[in-house]
Order: sequence, then structure tokens, then C-alpha cells
Amino acid sequence: MLEGIFVDGLIFSIMVIGIIISFRVMDFADLTCEGSVAAGAAIATVHIVNGGSIIVALLLAFLVGAMAGTVTAIIHNKFKIPGLLAGILTMTMLYSINLRIMGNRANIPLLKSVTFFDKVENFFPFLPSSVASLIGIILVVLLIKILVDIFFRTDLGLSLGALGGNEQMVISQGINPEYLKIMGISFSNGLIALSGGLLAQYQGFADGNLGQGMIVQGLAGIMIGEFLFSSNKISLITLRAILGAIIYKALMFLGRKYGYLIHITPNDFKLLTGILVIISLWIASGRSKASARSAKKNAIHRSLERTGDIK
Amino acid sequence: MIEINNLTKVFYPGTVNEKVALENISLKVDEGEIVCVIGSNGSGKSTLFNLISGTYSVTNGQIIFKDKDVTKMPEYRRAKYIGRIFQDPTKGTAANMTIEDNLITASSKGWKSLKISLNNTRRKEFSKLLIPIGLQDRLKDNVGLLSGGQRQALTLLMTIMSNPEVILLDEHTAALDPRNAEIVMDLTLKYIAEKNLTAMMVTHNMKFAIEFGTRLIMMDEGKIIFDVKGEDKKNLTVDKLLEIFKNIKNEEFTNDEGLLNV
Ligand SMILES: Nc1ncnc2c1ncn2[C@@H]1O[C@H](COP(=O)(O)OP(=O)(O)O)[C@@H](O)[C@H]1O
Ligand SMILES: [Mg+2]
Repeated sequence: MLEGIFVDGLIFSIMVIGIIISFRVMDFADLTCEGSVAAGAAIATVHIVNGGSIIVALLLAFLVGAMAGTVTAIIHNKFKIPGLLAGILTMTMLYSINLRIMGNRANIPLLKSVTFFDKVENFFPFLPSSVASLIGIILVVLLIKILVDIFFRTDLGLSLGALGGNEQMVISQGINPEYLKIMGISFSNGLIALSGGLLAQYQGFADGNLGQGMIVQGLAGIMIGEFLFSSNKISLITLRAILGAIIYKALMFLGRKYGYLIHITPNDFKLLTGILVIISLWIASGRSKASARSAKKNAIHRSLERTGDIK
Repeated sequence: MIEINNLTKVFYPGTVNEKVALENISLKVDEGEIVCVIGSNGSGKSTLFNLISGTYSVTNGQIIFKDKDVTKMPEYRRAKYIGRIFQDPTKGTAANMTIEDNLITASSKGWKSLKISLNNTRRKEFSKLLIPIGLQDRLKDNVGLLSGGQRQALTLLMTIMSNPEVILLDEHTAALDPRNAEIVMDLTLKYIAEKNLTAMMVTHNMKFAIEFGTRLIMMDEGKIIFDVKGEDKKNLTVDKLLEIFKNIKNEEFTNDEGLLNV
């Protein structure tokens, strides 16, 4: 039971990390997510059902997400429309494409196939299956976290952060911001689709509607994480994304289990998630005002200590 | 170094908002020249810089950089030769990143690789570079925490680090309080001299424009109305400059934004 929440949360955390790359690092409100998570689920499922290998299925999921991100970024670059609109376009088009990938079925079960989770269970035969699944997904998330952390410490990764902070600075550094956007949004959606590919295997089916409401859930995960601690270090940002994702899934679990006591059903979850995001925004705006005040105080204090410096 | 031929910029052509911001300007800036640009508000100084940098496309005319026609070259490619500092101190740095991350991003121009260049050797270099602006202990602070003066000084440092051949400074001290403006300006002059840069600098301070630099250009209503260098510039005074303006324009100079700051 408890393991289930963690597995669910960890799969979700890969998506949250992907959303952080677009929304937070690049300051690009990308809604492609809802389409790419379903696309990843669809392509991984179809590949596995047809007897393909799991590694290839996950790679395909990443690739299809990266392609979707590329389309969004190119629409945004070429037609100078806001990222938000470009993402909605891709997301909508993906809805049809995903049904095509699934052979025009709305739903494909994976129950008879060997999934990633079956494999790890076989790998640890002495462990209960839920614990084995948990270990498997921890390893995957850890690998992704380490790769993302390293990437954002490279010169290229830093220039992606600079793009989010100040596009003019990136241009002044002689970097083509259009290429950076293609790269960053592809990477983000690749991770999101990978998360979809794992989710389909865990829940045992792919579904054309899988992505519905995912972006708001992802934002809720991000914001819960941001409540835990504040940091500008990428390793801590990805860590809190993982924790935020798990806490979000735990809250949803509690809602499902005890919600009936206060007449809440799973039908209400989208509303509640939205309210959670709004409350988070409200608290965060109060907090950032307070921290700006104290940062200013500190800065003044420090510069008073060294007269002659620039204030 | 920079050659501008018959440059014209019209905003919103063919509409009721049509605005001729630059009208048939020609200008040749040689290597090592330090050009102060003055002129009243709306005379086209920033537009000229935006066209040289490639932020805006030209309506007509030609921009040549070191014998190469760059009129159609995108801004990010011209940026490899051009360093630019804006009036707004937030435009040159990324507030969401630390000082060291900003510096490492600025330390080379062009597309970045998957190398991790930031290491302790670089950090020590950065600390040393930051001493003149008093930020040597704050490598790991986010740039968003800095004051306008500190940010502009950091922008200057970053611009110089990336080794441009020309720098374009657009009233880059105008948003700072007098003391910080002086510090940033002193640093600017020091770096220009040290690195033998070619520079164009928009300033609102006539006295400064007369004393400093090798050449002075005055713009008005999208045209260059006065251009002086060498001995003639050395003999220039504020009174003479105002006299010249009066003769050309046939009107008194209006004191907008303290252009007469002396
Ligand atoms: N992006 C723009 N769109 C429309 N008009 C502009 C734009 N930029 C500048 N202008 C107009 O061009 C003229 C010159 O502006 P500018 O170059 O900013 O003057 P300066 O820097 O000398 O004060 C002004 O009349 C201004 O309103
Ligand atoms: Mg201006």
C-alpha cells in the first residue's frame, strides 16, 4: 500500500522534473505536457504489446516526447506566438496522433505483457513484488535526477537557465535562443513522456485521455516541493521536485481513502488540485515579498560593513 | 571598424503611427575610436544602437562591420563582436542565477557545450575580478539580490570578459544614483583603455562628452547634425557646443533630462 504511493509518486516525479525545466528553468509555460505524457504511454505500450523490449519502449517514449517538444518550440519560434498557445496546439494535435499510435483504440491493456515492473520483480525474486517495484523505480528516478543535475551544471545547461532569466543576455552572449528553446522544451517533454511510458506499465494500460489535467497536477507537485525548502541549486531543486511529487500522490491517496468522510469523491480531485495550486501561489507570493525584504536588509547590512563598495 | 551607409529606420511604415526614427545616416567609426553620442530624447540614439546590434531590422541602408556586410545578420551572431550595455541594469544579467553562473555563461561567446567549466580555479579568478566592485565574497548569491549599481557593474565585467571588439553603451549609468554612476563610469573608462576597445557611448552629460573620448556626435530628429573629432573636439566647450546647436537648429537647446548637466 505504502510502497504503491511511493512508486506512483516517483513515476510522477519524472514528469514534475520535466515541467520544472520548462516552467521554472526556462520560464516557458508549456502545455505540451498533457499530450506528451499520453504519447509516451501510448508508444511504450504499443511497443511492449507487440513484443518489443522495455528499454526500447522507454527510449521511444522519450523520443516521441522530445519530438512533440520540438514541434512546440518550432511553432513558437517561427510564428512568434506565445509558448502557451504553441503548447496547446501541439497538445491538441497529439490527441489525434496518440489515438493513431494506439491503432484507433481509446485504451490498450498491458496486463498480459511483461512490463518494467514484472522485470524488476523477477530480478529480486526474494522481495515482495511491491518492494521490488519500488527499488526499480527508485533506481530509474535516481539515474534521471543525476543526469539532470549534471546537465544543468554544464555550460549548455547554464545557458538554458540564463534564457529563463533573461533572453536578451543569451542573445548578447552570441547564442541563438531559438535553438536553446528547441533543446530545452524537447528535453522537458522527453522526460514527461518517459514518465507516461512508466505510468502505463505501472497501471497496466495506456489511455488516450491519460494526460488530462496533468499540467495542474504537475504544478501542484512543484509547488508542494517549493514549500519544503528554497534553493537555487539544481540538485536540491530536483530533490524537492521528487519529494513534492510523492507528497502530492500521498495527499491524493488520503483523499481517495478518507475523502468519503467529508463527501469528497475522486471526481472532485481536479477541483481540489486547482485550489491547492491557487493556495500555493497565494502563500508563495506572500513569502517572496517577505524574503525580498529580508534579502534587501541583508544586502544593505553587508555593504555597510564594507564602506567604499557599490551599494 | 563600423561603417554605416544611408541608414534609415521607419517604425510602423504605412500606418498612422509611422515614425521615421533614423533618416539616411552615414557614419564610419574607426578601430580604437571612442565616440560619445549626445542628442535630445527621441533623437534616435537608441535606435541607432539597436540597428547596429541587429535588435531591429533596417528599413533601408547598409551596416558593415570590418568589411563584412552584416545588415541581415541576426542579432545573436553579431553579438560575437559587439558588447552591449543598456540603461536598464536588469537587462545584462540573469537574476535567477548566481553571480558565478552568470560569469561562467559570459566568459565565452557562442553556443555552449556539455563541458562543466565552472571549477575552483575559475572561482578564484572570478573573485579577483569582482574585487573592484566589492562582490568578491558573493559568488554564490543570486544576481537578483544585487542593487542596480552592483548589477550594472557586474554586467560591465561580464561584457568585458567576453572580449568584444566594439562596445555600445546606451546611457548605462543613467539609472544609477550619482555615486554608483561614477564608480561604474570609472570602471568603464578603465576597461576601455586597458582593452583598447572601440566604443560608442550615449550620454546625457555634455561636459563628459566633451572631455572624454576621441569623437563626439550630436543627433537630432533621426539625423547626425554634428560630428567632431581630433583637435576640433579638444577645443570644444559646452558653450561652443550650444552655440553650434543653435546655429544648426535655429532654436535654443531645450534642457530635457538635464542634457546641460555640467
Ligand atoms: N520599438 C519602437 N517602436 C516604435 N517607435 C519607436 C521604437 N523605438 C523607438 N521608437 C521611436 O523612434 C524615435 C527614436 O527613439 P530612440 O532611438 O529611443 O531615441 P533616443 O534613444 O535618442 O531617446 C522616438 O520617436 C521613438 O518613439
Ligand atoms: Mg534612448
